[in-house]
Amino acid sequence: MTTIEEVVPVPSPRDGGTDGTPLLEVRDLHVEFHTREGVVKAVNGVNYSVNAGETLAVLGESGSGKSVTAQAIMGILDMPPAKIPQGEIRFRGQDMLTMSGEDRRKIRGQRIAMIFQDALSSLNPVLSVGYQLGEMFRVHQGLSKKEAKAKAIELMDRVKIPAAAARVNDYPHQFSGGMRQRIMIAMALALEPELIIADEPTTALDVTVQAQVMDLLAELQREYNMGLILITHDLGVVADVADKIAVMYAGRIVERAPVHELYKRPAHPYTRGLLDSIPRLDQKGQELYAIKGLPPNLLRVPSGCAFNPRCPKAQDVCRTQVPDLLPVTEQDGTELVGRASACHFWKETIHG
Amino acid sequence: MAELSKTDEPQDATPNVSEVDVVDARTEEEAVHAIEAPVERGEPILQVRNLKKHFPLTQGILFKRQIGAVKAVDGVSFDLHQGETLGIVGESGCGKSTVAKLLMNLERATAGEIFYKGQDITKLSGRALKAVRRNIQMVFQDPYTSLNPRMTVGDIIGEPFDIHPEVAPKGDRRRKVQELLDVVGLNPEYINRYPHQFSGGQRQRIGIARGLALNPEIIICDEPVSALDVSVQAQVINLMERLQDEFNLSYIFIAHDLSIVRHISDRVGVMYLGKIAEIGSDEQIYEHPTHPYTQALLSAVPVPDPEAREDRERIILTGDVPSPANPPSGCSFRTRCWKAQDRCASEAPLLAIPERFKGADSPAAHESACHFAEEKDVVHAA
Repeated sequence: MTTIEEVVPVPSPRDGGTDGTPLLEVRDLHVEFHTREGVVKAVNGVNYSVNAGETLAVLGESGSGKSVTAQAIMGILDMPPAKIPQGEIRFRGQDMLTMSGEDRRKIRGQRIAMIFQDALSSLNPVLSVGYQLGEMFRVHQGLSKKEAKAKAIELMDRVKIPAAAARVNDYPHQFSGGMRQRIMIAMALALEPELIIADEPTTALDVTVQAQVMDLLAELQREYNMGLILITHDLGVVADVADKIAVMYAGRIVERAPVHELYKRPAHPYTRGLLDSIPRLDQKGQELYAIKGLPPNLLRVPSGCAFNPRCPKAQDVCRTQVPDLLPVTEQDGTELVGRASACHFWKETIHG
Repeated sequence: MAELSKTDEPQDATPNVSEVDVVDARTEEEAVHAIEAPVERGEPILQVRNLKKHFPLTQGILFKRQIGAVKAVDGVSFDLHQGETLGIVGESGCGKSTVAKLLMNLERATAGEIFYKGQDITKLSGRALKAVRRNIQMVFQDPYTSLNPRMTVGDIIGEPFDIHPEVAPKGDRRRKVQELLDVVGLNPEYINRYPHQFSGGQRQRIGIARGLALNPEIIICDEPVSALDVSVQAQVINLMERLQDEFNLSYIFIAHDLSIVRHISDRVGVMYLGKIAEIGSDEQIYEHPTHPYTQALLSAVPVPDPEAREDRERIILTGDVPSPANPPSGCSFRTRCWKAQDRCASEAPLLAIPERFKGADSPAAHESACHFAEEKDVVHAA
């Protein structure tokens, strides 16, 4: 008996959304690092999806696994020590983890691109920015050096770098922090990808420059109808740009919600704690609410719910049983679209 | 009475900067005595007058000649009162950390005076300077690099006692260090641990304990929480507020997170390119800003409330902060200002209560260095 292995071409860009498959879907992803001290379970069963034109914010503290998830999607994890024992990452329905390296390379950079946090250390200091921008075109589209440089100038114009033609041969150190981040954005945009993953794109920048960069990113996203995964720990930035939010804690998603809902009625004590610890006007002179304790060590994640040692609502069940990420409903049982919480007491948290 | 300036340049006419009662100490004895005298709550404890720090730019190897200067701090004046918190905000490169170093006397000022209880600390030396340094302590930004990885926590917190043995006699030190650990909310049994065994928030507590060791009167905090996780920041801010009440401290709180600065500060100064653009009480600055830079800065801060994002007015500045080695003529903000006119290029605005608000009983009547100061409520613009 012969079976013909069915070759399903990855559907062409920008027609997506019609058949209901999300642009990117992460299913039950696990990532662990094998170290001398033991196995660090950085990501423990993460599920999320992004559609074209949508912004998903992944919110979490350092060590919550938000960047590791992004690196797994891009396929830039160092393996070993990292290992993906379980899970699927579906890009337009195709699992990227089972793909050949060659196929994956065609997606990376061309259809999914990433913007890194620290622009100075992500750019090569000994190559001109024009050369680095042009590399995308030379490698993926086989353009000549001259053509690539012309494209690079076009891109720099696009991200509003003044005097692009004159600065294309400058080196990264000759640009300011905000301009370098623009170059990173330009590089990610070069091949007009369908999905951009931005890992803390403005954390190293000043607020006035942060506003410029976020504006630019939003504008380009609208123009190209891109999906955007924004990884951050800043509740202010999230409120400004996100459509939906996934809150991560100790390698798991603890809450998922549309942006307005999350800020109005958090359904997980961790989210509530984060929102309560923002200084508010009427609390001037009073003590700030603070989540007690420290984020857990990933070598020794607490049993049960990982948040239980810091949680004001923790009961015995929280110490033994890991809560699943379950849909959140109104008090009368009607479903709240797009909401889920991984807390045994989400009812009390959202309605209490 | 102090001769406040030795240069011919126009001076900021800041009315709430009170006159300095200079203590004319002839001997070191008198100076130390003046430094150890108590200051009443609400009285000025630290008075900074026209402080400048220019870093020279040189060219050539053998015959170095100066080709210019980076004007990191260029004429800053303010008062710090006993028991209050003065917040200083501004973008990177505006000179706020250099101000901190100057106040600690870690950098020599190019010009200007820093009066601590009436004594100009830029001119002190010997025992008097040592006494000042005991009373002004600092908490640094990065708890990962500001603690020596080869010293135990006990050694780190106890090291100030080696330099100032009068604070704690030798046999008493271990107990003192354990007390300090307890005060900042760490287990006193951790005294023999090393910094790497602690998390970021705990390390910052160690840094604070070290700052408290000598019972200082002023603590200068240079971005004390910006390297910490969000859920831990609130803990450290609460600790700092509690310690302020407990030990009657005055804080200079340097940060770029405007909401945290507002929470902790009594007064706030906004810096831009080495100068103070606007200074006033937290309400005056946040609710009634009159300097365009303050307005832009406040409007650029993302508000953690998605309801606000549609109808919030945002002022997006163009371009970057100019180089302090070659600042624009006149008002240094004019290159990014939407109100700039010819006058701004020729005449540097002084930090003073704007003419139109003078005498008015309005919160807008606070010092602002702008020719066209105008009130604009950006935080509540809806």
